[in-house]
Amino acid sequence: MKSFENIDVKSVKEAVGLLQRFHNEKKSAAVVGGGSELLQLMKDRVATPDYLINLKTIPGLSYIKEERSAFRIGALTTLTEIEEHKGVQEKLLFLSQAAGEAASPQIRNAGTIGGNICQRPFCWYFRSANFTCLRKGGEICYAVAGDNRYHAIFGGGPSYIVHPSDMAPPLVAVGAQLKIAGPAGEKVIPLEKFFVLPQVNHTRENILGPGEIVTEIQVPHPKAGTKGFYHKVRERLAWDHAIVSVSTVLQTQGGAVREGRVVLGGVAPTPWRVPKAEQFLRGKKVDENTAQKAGEIALEGARPMKDNIYKVALAKSLIQRALLASV
Amino acid sequence: MKKKIQLTLNGKKTILEAPAHRLLLDLLRDEIGLTGTKEGCGTGDCGACTVFLNGKPVNSCLILSGELDGAELVTIEGLKIGPELHPIQKAFIQDGGAQCGYCTPGMLMMAKALLDENPNPTEEEIRFALSGNLCRCTGYAKIIQAVQDAAKEIRQAARR
Repeated sequence: MKSFENIDVKSVKEAVGLLQRFHNEKKSAAVVGGGSELLQLMKDRVATPDYLINLKTIPGLSYIKEERSAFRIGALTTLTEIEEHKGVQEKLLFLSQAAGEAASPQIRNAGTIGGNICQRPFCWYFRSANFTCLRKGGEICYAVAGDNRYHAIFGGGPSYIVHPSDMAPPLVAVGAQLKIAGPAGEKVIPLEKFFVLPQVNHTRENILGPGEIVTEIQVPHPKAGTKGFYHKVRERLAWDHAIVSVSTVLQTQGGAVREGRVVLGGVAPTPWRVPKAEQFLRGKKVDENTAQKAGEIALEGARPMKDNIYKVALAKSLIQRALLASV
Repeated sequence: MKKKIQLTLNGKKTILEAPAHRLLLDLLRDEIGLTGTKEGCGTGDCGACTVFLNGKPVNSCLILSGELDGAELVTIEGLKIGPELHPIQKAFIQDGGAQCGYCTPGMLMMAKALLDENPNPTEEEIRFALSGNLCRCTGYAKIIQAVQDAAKEIRQAARR
């Protein structure tokens, strides 16, 4: 690990100010919460910040507040705290389950929700110091000609990473909002708009600009008649990233879908919503046939690579299973 | 730059000076001399370095010392009670729950975390609790047996 200087900050404002200052001085800095992700990147020398801004010393960034229409979750809340929160279990069981399926028990005790949605890709070329890949400022996405069994089938090009977050698909499916603090003050945006495709910027996964920090996730309470689901398929039964994951949130009335979202994980450089399948479902009763058809519609336009064709069939059946479990 | 850290280590109040960027694992092994905690992968995959930070098991290879001020820390050295081995340690010995032994401290800490919350776990719950701990000798069957036997012993002791 390259040496760095640790700075304990006392407020979000101080952290934002420091980030902006280091940016202007062309020094590299990173913010650290739970550290599980950043320290791995630093040990692999993928991240080499000169300054580490420790957010853990800011009081009051870890909380789950249940308000009338939404949960407000502080960015430093751990995945274990979300998994075990009674209110979240009661209203958003699928979100609690997604938190419980991320990483390992030890990492869930340290890892935060803010860090989870800001994770960098786990592409083996990106994580290896031996490859200066496109995403690290090089010229080649090695997944194109290399071993691409875990890479993108949607939204790829010029880089083909997949977004690794377990929390992002269910949060996008339920319509979560994100609070971001930055030099211009605070803003709240839909989480869906947080992630960027490589065709927009192939060196980063989200829109955070210099000096910006995620401070809160706002999760609306689902409307009456809503049911959500999260399922993750991985190669090992435990402690692994999703090969494909799916989250569905459906509101039904009189047996028919009023509105719903279907979001895939592990298939694209961002959490991947499938609007055509969502439209198809509107007004329909979810049964074996409609669920299967929705899966087929969702995977139209998929562009698998040479080693990941299996993801298409996998995603189709996962969507089918998720829809049947969401009514 | 060194930072003064006050913490409770294995039940004793301790004051240390350490650079804030020192990893908790290195602090324990190289500066305090508690070498029971092992480094396996260094990236949070193997769980060999598991310690309790404020009551929760975490990977000490991914924790910076800077965040330890005021913390309560328990390492494998703090598992046994007085001169007696902890029932989990006894069960691992009795059942052959260790082969090379390198993953054992982490396995014991996770088993402790599980049994503190759930004194009567199913095999599936044990497997789930140990899912962040790798044994490269693949001695999992006996490890799971040991956790089951330890659970039984702890439940019986509670009734005595």
